[in-house]
Amino acid sequence: MMAEIFKVAIVGSGPAGSSAAARAAKLGMSHILIERQDHISDTIFKYQKGKFVMATPDFLPLRSDLNFQAGKREEILDVWDNGLEDCKVNVKFDTEVTSIKKEKNFTITYADGKTCEAENVILSIGLQGNINKLPCEGAELPLVQYQLDDPEEYEAETIVIIGAGDAAIENAVALSKQNTVIIVNRRAEFARAKQGNLSLISEAIEKGNVEAYYEASPVKVEKDSITLKTADGEARVPCNRIIARLGASAPRRFVESCGVDFPDKEELKKDPKKRPDPRVLPEVSAQYESNVPGLFIIGALGGYPLIKQAMNQGYEVVEYIGGNKIPPADEPLLVEKFSVLNNQNVDDVLETIRKNIPIFEKLNTLLLREAILESNVHAFKKDDTIFKRNDYSNTFYTIYVGEVGILVDPNDPSQVVTLNQGNFFGEMGLISGRRRAATVKAISDCIVFETPRRTMLKLIQSVESVKDNLDKVSMLRQIQTHLTPGVDASDLQELIETAEIENFSAGDVIFNQGDEGDHMHLIRSGSCTVSVKVGGKDIVLSYVPSGNYIGEMALLSDQPRSATVKAAHNTQTIRLTGKAFKDVLKKNSSIKNSVEKKFKERINQNEKMEGQPEAGNIIQFLIEQGVGEGTDVLLIDETLCIHCDNCEKACAETHGGLSRLNREAGPSYASIHVPTSCRHCEHPHCMADCPPDAIHRAPDGEVFIDDSCIGCGNCERNCPYGVIQLAAPPPERFNLFSWLLFNKGPPPGDLRKSTDYKNKKKKDENQIKQAVKCDMCKDIEGGASCVRACPTGAAARVSPEEFMSITSLTS
Amino acid sequence: MHESLLIYKKFKYLKLTLTTVILCIVLYLYHSPIGSPNGGTWLGYTLGTLAALIMFWLAWFGARKRSYNKSKGNLEEWASAHVYLGLALVVISTLHSGFQFGLNIHTILYFLMMIVIISGIIGVYFYLKFPSLITKNRNGLTTEMMLTQITEIDEDIRELSMSLDDFTVDLMTKAIEETVIGKSFIIKLKGVDPDCHTSLARKHLREKKFSGNNKIREQLLSKLTRKEKILDQLRNDLKMRSLLQIWLYIHVPFTFAALAALIIHIFSVFYYW
Ligand SMILES: Cc1cc2nc3c(=O)[nH]c(=O)nc-3n(C[C@H](O)[C@H](O)[C@H](O)COP(=O)(O)OP(=O)(O)OC[C@H]3O[C@@H](n4cnc5c(N)ncnc54)[C@H](O)[C@@H]3O)c2cc1C
Ligand code: HEM
Ligand code: HEM
Ligand code: SF4
Ligand code: SF4
Ligand code: SF4
Repeated sequence: MMAEIFKVAIVGSGPAGSSAAARAAKLGMSHILIERQDHISDTIFKYQKGKFVMATPDFLPLRSDLNFQAGKREEILDVWDNGLEDCKVNVKFDTEVTSIKKEKNFTITYADGKTCEAENVILSIGLQGNINKLPCEGAELPLVQYQLDDPEEYEAETIVIIGAGDAAIENAVALSKQNTVIIVNRRAEFARAKQGNLSLISEAIEKGNVEAYYEASPVKVEKDSITLKTADGEARVPCNRIIARLGASAPRRFVESCGVDFPDKEELKKDPKKRPDPRVLPEVSAQYESNVPGLFIIGALGGYPLIKQAMNQGYEVVEYIGGNKIPPADEPLLVEKFSVLNNQNVDDVLETIRKNIPIFEKLNTLLLREAILESNVHAFKKDDTIFKRNDYSNTFYTIYVGEVGILVDPNDPSQVVTLNQGNFFGEMGLISGRRRAATVKAISDCIVFETPRRTMLKLIQSVESVKDNLDKVSMLRQIQTHLTPGVDASDLQELIETAEIENFSAGDVIFNQGDEGDHMHLIRSGSCTVSVKVGGKDIVLSYVPSGNYIGEMALLSDQPRSATVKAAHNTQTIRLTGKAFKDVLKKNSSIKNSVEKKFKERINQNEKMEGQPEAGNIIQFLIEQGVGEGTDVLLIDETLCIHCDNCEKACAETHGGLSRLNREAGPSYASIHVPTSCRHCEHPHCMADCPPDAIHRAPDGEVFIDDSCIGCGNCERNCPYGVIQLAAPPPERFNLFSWLLFNKGPPPGDLRKSTDYKNKKKKDENQIKQAVKCDMCKDIEGGASCVRACPTGAAARVSPEEFMSITSLTS
Repeated sequence: MHESLLIYKKFKYLKLTLTTVILCIVLYLYHSPIGSPNGGTWLGYTLGTLAALIMFWLAWFGARKRSYNKSKGNLEEWASAHVYLGLALVVISTLHSGFQFGLNIHTILYFLMMIVIISGIIGVYFYLKFPSLITKNRNGLTTEMMLTQITEIDEDIRELSMSLDDFTVDLMTKAIEETVIGKSFIIKLKGVDPDCHTSLARKHLREKKFSGNNKIREQLLSKLTRKEKILDQLRNDLKMRSLLQIWLYIHVPFTFAALAALIIHIFSVFYYW
């Protein structure tokens, strides 16, 4: 007998896959749910024991045959296990899918070589990817493991840890408390890890708690030992356990092998050196169907990082395969959104948006729905202010109906650039991560969409037309704002046409001293350092933030570059050709004058700085500490600091007993100390991967985390400066008097320093933990408590532009 | 960007204080009471009241310093005003007393107040002097790093001395186990420990006859010397950080004493009125 051909095969049993399978079973559709583990939902299975799982976003209704409510990890997995059994879902565990090929039907191949066939495939394998196995013989032996749940479980063992990333270091340090730990690093140093982990491991190695093998790699694993290849030959290390933390390879390659296209395919073909951006998502239709007909992609893999979304999609996609085109679960939410538009029909509005707003024109219905769902629809009255110059917001606006005016000159409110229906604005804040460059007002009654930063970044990464459209318009506006104010777009045509956007990573050279200077750069986002070589050593002359141009000196003087310019961190510039720029100058004497004035200022400043190498060294030091990408950084002057820790006490007292700054930690140079505390980065790394989008920037620039945090810990890992902690909600506090007399509540000051509290905390491990960090005291009258509590003036919060300026460093 | 509390806002509170003080002096010179100047004239009462108000406000600083939640403004500003107005008290209260000192509660009050003020001056001097010295002394290391280095050296010493005679082993074990950094209050403040077991061990090892391998002895000596150096650094660090706090142990209790005396003073003058 021929094997059964399933109507649908579902690969991966996370919330998305399980919900799809349950729906298929309920509909009586022939199906198979394939899971590589021996349990469902491996991602959730791997959460910390007792983790409280949140059902964000609250406003989204759940649509699934499986139940899901916020609760403990164990309870949720139980409910799903039972649910799948009740629905009689056909699950195949311990089966990893290695390939999916489409002819007439799909042939799905398992790791053991067996296959099955299906008319449709739902790919819901999440983002875990494949854990990299030890690249040597014996990688499957029982003493090798690829994960560590609870370090306290192990005692008095000899454990070899392979890897040099954050996970390896964290495991090594945690295990070293009760075990003999050896860490094996392929390189000569631990360079990939975060600063905090780096000092942890160096300390552990220095203290002898962890033994380290450098430039070593495993060659063979036997039942009680591992053999390493080191610089001095092979070494056999007896051990009880081997933990390999070699990271995971993203699922992209597998997905591509199934025939699915990614939007940046062409770009990668052009530039084979470029590595695929893991954030780029596969393109799917409104019904989650990929370019391969019958192959659907849902859940985290499709760019929907929350459980509820994943479950809804599972349900919807099976309904669709069954021939039922149900409206998505978020339909009522859109109806609600569009209520300001006199209750027009949702599909009509979406169609009008696509027709009238060019930047959204090429979005498929799914992406458009999602973008609008996450956006705010505002109806502004004539003369309402939409945002103000110097606000720190980073949302993106598009005009649905009406006209808005941009007040380009802060000193002259009559200078207004008008934008009408279909245009966008607010993109400069989005790109540069800096304050709004102009105030925007409604000129007539108008309706605008305000789209959050994260949604826009997702669109820019996944839809080429959005990126192109945005780049083109923003390039012109940036040049007009920062380089050639008052010059008409028509006179800039050649300049724009020959301009290009370039990307640089931290430390990349933008141009070298001595190079020929036939072009210049306008810094679009990020910042740079300018340095010269004196006696073989680099002397930093200045720090140049975004919104400024560089490289004009060589152009104007027709001489080779007088200095080297490097990106201080991730930086994007607009590269302008010299000829086109000179033509613009020829026609516009006022701009010529202002550029020449700046040129002279810079020459003066450079001369002054060359005589002050120490000031340059300070800039270099601060850049290395990430101050350059910050907007507001806590610096402590060591000539004034009396080590009283009143700053920490103040922070703890105003933030539920947990100080968000660690004064003593962090490096110092030339009496400037950079404590471990949030820098409120221009482009906060912590925001990058937050499933509920809980991290925001307030209008005054504070980067803060709101209550929707689900405690996944991504931000803690992503922040390079180690300033985020995961903490249980603070205990209720009472006033000093009640504490003293009746022992009510925790003691005053920083809770981490109270042993009493620590013990109590251990007892209820199962609390809901959320991420906490410095919020710059945005809700506290008077601002930063730490600074205000410093009796000597040693602590100050500064913006890098002010602090790393010549006036502040050489005075 | 960073401004010390003395120069805070271009000497705003120094200016305020000088104005007040000069005004008081002018008034005092201008004022010609019946009999000799004293606290009982109208100017006496005025200056006394002013002095008392300032003193209560200065004492309130302790509460202000700890009310992180409720207060706006910054502590540096308060500290700057505190220092200068505190100094103004010297002049204001002296003028108030009309230079009439004797053996009575009034003069005791004056005396207690002066102790608070002088300790305050010492405190400010420490605040200006030690922070830079602490940084310099640490030489880029944190306390924790120094302690780690000591642990490492201790381990080396233990290993090196393993093969030696009982007496030396005992000496070294003492150096490892009984070297304490802030043994007593006095030693903490002095920053040196005359009976430091590490120094003792080194002295013994250098001066006494030694039966074992000379190379080991040299190695031990160099380890001990290195450890002593770090100990010096740590003790110095501790000394300076203690001094930054220690003066407050005079400043604050005497504040309370002076406040009590002030209240008695006020009562007594009204009582004998
Ligand atoms: C620590 C942490 C905490 C989180 N907390 C929350 C929270 O509180 N609330 C919330 O809404 N979201 C939370 N999330 C996000 C949520 O876990 C994910 O969005 C969700 O699990 C995604 O579901 P999925 O079905 O798309 O994929 P996954 O849950 O990742 O499931 C994919 C499944 O596919 C299997 N698989 C993979 N490859 C193959 C293959 N080749 N063959 C067969 N099977 C395969 C895997 O074993 C896995 O079981 C959290 C995430 C993390 C990391
Ligand atoms: C910091 C605050 C004060 C200090 C340091 C202080 C100190 C003194 C001193 C040293 C004297 C001289 C005593 C003598 O004559 O032998 C004096 C006298 C006096 N003080 Fe004050 N005083 C203070 C505040 C006040 C206040 C608030 C009042 C009243 C409201 C007051 C009322 C008087 C009077 C009436 C006398 C004169 C008493 C007499 O001549 O017998 N003083 N004070
Ligand atoms: C009668 C006069 C004064 C009184 C009653 C007084 C009282 C106080 C009190 C109560 C504190 C709080 C201490 C704490 O809780 O930590 C304090 C702190 C302080 N005082 Fe005074 N003081 C007086 C004068 C002075 C003077 C004259 C000076 C300096 C010249 C001075 C310098 C300081 C300093 C530097 C602090 C510590 C600030 C800090 O570290 O927070 N004081 N004083
Ligand atoms: S928490 Fe975010 S904003 Fe703050 S330093 Fe880290 S990455 Fe930057
Ligand atoms: S832990 Fe961080 S990344 Fe995760 S939800 Fe909370 S704020 Fe977002
Ligand atoms: S600004 Fe506020 S939240 Fe941030 S470290 Fe200072 S006291 Fe803490």
